[in-house]
Amino acid sequence: MIGDLLVQLLAQGTQMFMVLLIAPLAVGVTRRVKARLTRRRGAPLLQGYRDLAKLLRKESVLAESASWLFRCAPYLIFALTWVAAALVPSFASGLMFNWAADVVALVALLGAARALLALAGMDVGTSFGGIGSSREMMIATLAEPAMMLIVLTLAIAAGTTRLAGVADFFIAEPLAVRVSLALSLAALVIVALAENARIPVDNPVTHLELTMVHEAMILEYSGRHLALVEAASMLKLTLYLSLLICLFAPFGMAPAAAGPVGWAIGLAAWTAKLLAGAALLGVWEVSTAKMRVFRLPDFVGIAFVFAFIAILLAYLSRGAAV
Amino acid sequence: MRFAYEISHLLAGVMLVTSFALLYQQRIASVLMAFAAQSITLSLAVAWAAWSEHRPDLFITAAIAFTLKGVVIPVALHRTVTRLGVHREVEKVVGVGMALIVGLALSGLSQALVVKLAKAMPGLAREELALAMAIVLLGFLMMIVRRNAVTQIVGFMSMENGLILAATGARGMPLVVEVSVAFSVLIALFVFAVFVFRIRERFDTIDIEALDRMRGDRQ
Repeated sequence: MIGDLLVQLLAQGTQMFMVLLIAPLAVGVTRRVKARLTRRRGAPLLQGYRDLAKLLRKESVLAESASWLFRCAPYLIFALTWVAAALVPSFASGLMFNWAADVVALVALLGAARALLALAGMDVGTSFGGIGSSREMMIATLAEPAMMLIVLTLAIAAGTTRLAGVADFFIAEPLAVRVSLALSLAALVIVALAENARIPVDNPVTHLELTMVHEAMILEYSGRHLALVEAASMLKLTLYLSLLICLFAPFGMAPAAAGPVGWAIGLAAWTAKLLAGAALLGVWEVSTAKMRVFRLPDFVGIAFVFAFIAILLAYLSRGAAV
Repeated sequence: MRFAYEISHLLAGVMLVTSFALLYQQRIASVLMAFAAQSITLSLAVAWAAWSEHRPDLFITAAIAFTLKGVVIPVALHRTVTRLGVHREVEKVVGVGMALIVGLALSGLSQALVVKLAKAMPGLAREELALAMAIVLLGFLMMIVRRNAVTQIVGFMSMENGLILAATGARGMPLVVEVSVAFSVLIALFVFAVFVFRIRERFDTIDIEALDRMRGDRQ
């Protein structure tokens, strides 16, 4: 009994540290693919870890006008994002804390992290931080309702908002053509692009543009604070990739009753899918251009429209099937 | 049966998405592409209904939809646009975001109406009716929010797509009606095209706001 509990705890711990370990690698893969497609050699795959290690060793410089909030925010943002990322079922659906992996809770955790980041961006009082925060909030006001609608669509299909339950449902359900699911997938991809400040919403490699969003908010951070914020944004990317995998491609994931062997298979499948997703993101980023800021509400609005149509269709087909 | 239902649901859903794409697109060429996509999806949906429900006459409808509205009309409109040399951006009455929100409200409305009114209908037909009604209403909306004459034609045609989808689901429209509707749409296209050229000749633009300006004596 105790041994069983220990194994369960170990599995949950593995998931927690796996997301943290793999996050810089996923970003590295995306950057590498982008570099290769534009005929550059690109940084080594492990550059993300090196960057974080370097930043952690460096001194943290604070602006004179920075308040306690500015100093606390990185730790809180990192913690909130890490908890959220660790909650998404990655390699097994029957882990110990899976009852807590509710999509609504996930959205709330990410929303709290975003609010802190926006506040920290405005805290020092530079104009760039303010611009970044206001844009981030503009995007968030459109992305978050879309996210909630996606959640509700899945909840209608699977009968639960628990991620593990949804994943179990899609593993068990024979492959069916479902337009509402396809639409929510498209909507979730758009939301993920917007939330992670990727092209076409924001350009993750620029520090010099007036149109930057995420980078503008964290412009004042340095040293270990910057390391934590960067790690949080890497974790967020892993979280969204993991979420997409968990909801729309859960094959290979160990079912609730599986033992360590199932977990090992699930872990391998999850890692492969995650890195493939990161590579796809790189291909996508190379093939599109960044949008004008004033077009962003339209683009993120598309996610909302898709999610709305999806829920409409899900509701309709449910009414028809009865 | 379940599978057949899923496929027709999928195709009707794709048509609704292309309706929103029509509202979202800002360039005339993209609008025409979206319209062609919608018409081709319509022909697929009709063909699927013909095949799965063993109603061979629907194949003719599908063929008409594909050749006329999937290929001929978009190409003709595209040529018209190139010959007119109009600017590529579409003039709008309200912004894209507003149009999309109104579109969402209209889809919700059609859904609520069909659920209320057509309780007795079988599930699949009811669902197709709801989607078709949404497409018709979105076509209306497109004609209202776009001021460009070419996009108004597209809105009209998209409305007709919705009607055909509804007729397919309701298993009612006889072939004669079908053919005559198809030809009247084609004739409407010619009439529209002539009008577009006349408007352009007179006002050097196909922005229909110019027609308002012509009523000069209004204070």
